[in-house]
Amino acid sequence: MRKFMASARLLAGAAAAGALLSSASAYADQPRPWETAFQAPATDMMRQIEWFGNYTFVFIVVITLLVLVLLAYVILRFRASANPVPSRTSHNTLIEVIWTVGPVIVLLLIAIPSFQLLTAQYTPPEEAKLTVKATGNQWNWDYEYQADKSFSFNSAILQDGDRAKAGKEDRNLYPRLLAVDNELVVPVNTMTRVLITATDVIHSFAVPSFGIKMDAVPGRTNETWFKAEKEGLYYGQCSQLCGKDHAFMPIAVRVVSDAQFKTWLETAKTDVPAANKALMAEVDGTNKVAAAGN
Amino acid sequence: MAEAAAHDHHDHRPHGWVRWVYSTNHKDIGTLYLIFAIMAGIVGGALSVAIRMELQEPGIQIFSGLAQMVYGMQGDAAIDGGKSMYNAFGAAHGLIMIFFMVMPALIGGFANWMVPIMIGAPDMAFPRMNNISFWLLPPAFLLLLGSMFVPSAPGAFGVGGGWTIYPPLSTSGQPGPAMDLAILSLHIAGASSILGAINFITTIFNMRAPGMTMHKMPLFAWAVLITAFLLLLSLPVLAGAITMLLTDRNFGTAFFVPDQGGDPLLFQHLFWFFGHPEVYILILPGFGIVSHIVSTFSKKPVFGYLGMAYAMVAIGAVGFIVWAHHMYTTGLSLDTQRYFVFATMVIAVPTGVKIFSWIATMWGGSISFKPPMLWALGFIFLFTIGGVTGVQLANAGLDRSLHDTYFVIAHFHYVLSLGAVFAIFAGWYYWFPKMTGYMYSPVIANTHFWVTFVGVNLIFFPQHFLGLAGMPRRTVDYPDAFAGWNMISSYGSYIAAVGVAIFLYGVFEAFQKKRVAGANPWGEGATTLEWQLPSPPPFHQWEQLPKIK
Repeated sequence: MRKFMASARLLAGAAAAGALLSSASAYADQPRPWETAFQAPATDMMRQIEWFGNYTFVFIVVITLLVLVLLAYVILRFRASANPVPSRTSHNTLIEVIWTVGPVIVLLLIAIPSFQLLTAQYTPPEEAKLTVKATGNQWNWDYEYQADKSFSFNSAILQDGDRAKAGKEDRNLYPRLLAVDNELVVPVNTMTRVLITATDVIHSFAVPSFGIKMDAVPGRTNETWFKAEKEGLYYGQCSQLCGKDHAFMPIAVRVVSDAQFKTWLETAKTDVPAANKALMAEVDGTNKVAAAGN
Repeated sequence: MAEAAAHDHHDHRPHGWVRWVYSTNHKDIGTLYLIFAIMAGIVGGALSVAIRMELQEPGIQIFSGLAQMVYGMQGDAAIDGGKSMYNAFGAAHGLIMIFFMVMPALIGGFANWMVPIMIGAPDMAFPRMNNISFWLLPPAFLLLLGSMFVPSAPGAFGVGGGWTIYPPLSTSGQPGPAMDLAILSLHIAGASSILGAINFITTIFNMRAPGMTMHKMPLFAWAVLITAFLLLLSLPVLAGAITMLLTDRNFGTAFFVPDQGGDPLLFQHLFWFFGHPEVYILILPGFGIVSHIVSTFSKKPVFGYLGMAYAMVAIGAVGFIVWAHHMYTTGLSLDTQRYFVFATMVIAVPTGVKIFSWIATMWGGSISFKPPMLWALGFIFLFTIGGVTGVQLANAGLDRSLHDTYFVIAHFHYVLSLGAVFAIFAGWYYWFPKMTGYMYSPVIANTHFWVTFVGVNLIFFPQHFLGLAGMPRRTVDYPDAFAGWNMISSYGSYIAAVGVAIFLYGVFEAFQKKRVAGANPWGEGATTLEWQLPSPPPFHQWEQLPKIK
């Protein structure tokens, strides 16, 4: 089964591969043109979701094909010209029991890994080492770091006019509608807890390659977690209709090494723009090297 | 009673506008509903084509110009107004298609026309209430259309909160009168449906012909009975929720205002307690229609009649206890999500029974592929696709990634736009000769089917890919990587629009050519009572009640 899924992904990835090779110096996880499957997983949780998605995909393809084949068969075999005299059969207890019990078994086969996946999403394997709070506003995010000294900054969509000044002119790495002015910065391989709320209307904090999506509801604090496995830039978008600029409040997470994060955090406590500038200078350098091994 | 019966004898019917406006005749009211549904469907369809035109390419192309034309906005205000207008179009498309197209067509139209005839009753139980059920709809529709031209948020017109109108976006997020008009529209449309539901329940329970026990009743009547119960039980909950919304907006209450002790999620629970049964309200009558068509054109009785009837009962009952599967990402506790995953998956079993029973009905039959049968076959296959993606979405763990993406849009359009709507067209081509007495051109009907089939699949199949790749729904613009599939989807929408034009031409052509259909154009397979009457049926039928063996 896994082999089948792998080949499905391979096909899907074929178109994307071209774009990947020709594009960025650094690694960024984002939708690709003509993509037909999930974005590449960047956390173990997303890998589990992808596995489960492919697992259920096998069942639904088989079921759909079964219905299609049965339909094709009755259309050909029992068309009026081929079968002028209809039977009068309208009952068959055995077959009715089979097509009731059969789906029950299929559902059980789906339910078992489904409950395991759901439970895993609500059972973080370890204590969070970093907690950030994401607050949705119309139409941007506030990120608050709850370190020894808490600080926060705003993250909004990158305006085209600000690209040059921000050093984000590479549209493959910083795509339209996905790039932001200040990314959420987190260290790699670190259990990160995200507290999510909103100030005005409901928003939703989603990063597809992390396998997380959690509504930001005014008046409550929701919680989710992720542990990113690879340095790079990861993009998501607000996933709950929040008014006029719903399409224009992206989420960008920059995953960096432990050392880079520590340096960034120290500066960011007092001066976020300076910290980001320094980080970008360093990341761009190292990733150009890392990209060769990608 | 005796006096009224004597009075109504001899096809005595009112003429001119009185016949329609004062109508208490279930067939005339059914016709009004069908005409209304066609007009609302054209409006709702036009809104969706505008949405697809906008999404054909990245960037904002259509809606800033539309805002300029319609609202007279200029420059940046037109761009902002256009974004809001896009949201208003989305909300209006959803509400119109659900409340003013599918429900009036299936319940008000086909059920009004056919249920009394099929159960051997002269009319509905409450003919005057039937009249008011219909005449509440046009003002409701006008209120909703009117809401698109009055302010909502600053610099915006029309309800921009999706058909789900979640607060706080529908309260503090849009203080203008547009939302109030939409709420009143839903109240009136809801009252219309509740009255209709009471009428159907009373009619079906009390007015069946002698010998027609519940277990001999045609499946369409079963479907409508169950649908009526769903309406009766779920719509008051919606009415309560939107009344609370109304008082939150205008009278200082705080049911959904968190900083005054309310909870925005309370609205979502109430809304989906209505909203999930609502999707079965939209599809169950279609199940009934498809059963009759499959049986008629296979020249065989429905396979597993009792299983089919009680599968619908089961779907209706379980439909009431799965609502929070629309809310997996709102922060529900783990155990809550576990329960809703389990309950939701259960629905797949009776649904599977129905699909397999339709195939078994055809098995051993002598199938002729007349237009209604084509639509019914299309329904079975496309509904299956929508059904299996529903099984995927039922899993909260997987829904984490798919929720509020285009995958969900694709899923529910496969069950509704390609399910319910295909059932409506199947019913249309099945009963059109009965209702009008004229036979349409099968060539036009078949062309309509194939063009629509290609169009809607081009629209919605690629949207699965967009959703998997992470494209959020309800966005006026999208990252450039999503451009490819969006373009295909938009082209599909233009093809489907051509399909609608072919449909309308087919109706026109049938009335122009006046080919006489005869009492039963479908032959020996058509066994329900409506085919024993002339086409069109007399103004009052079953003055001598039919006897059911």
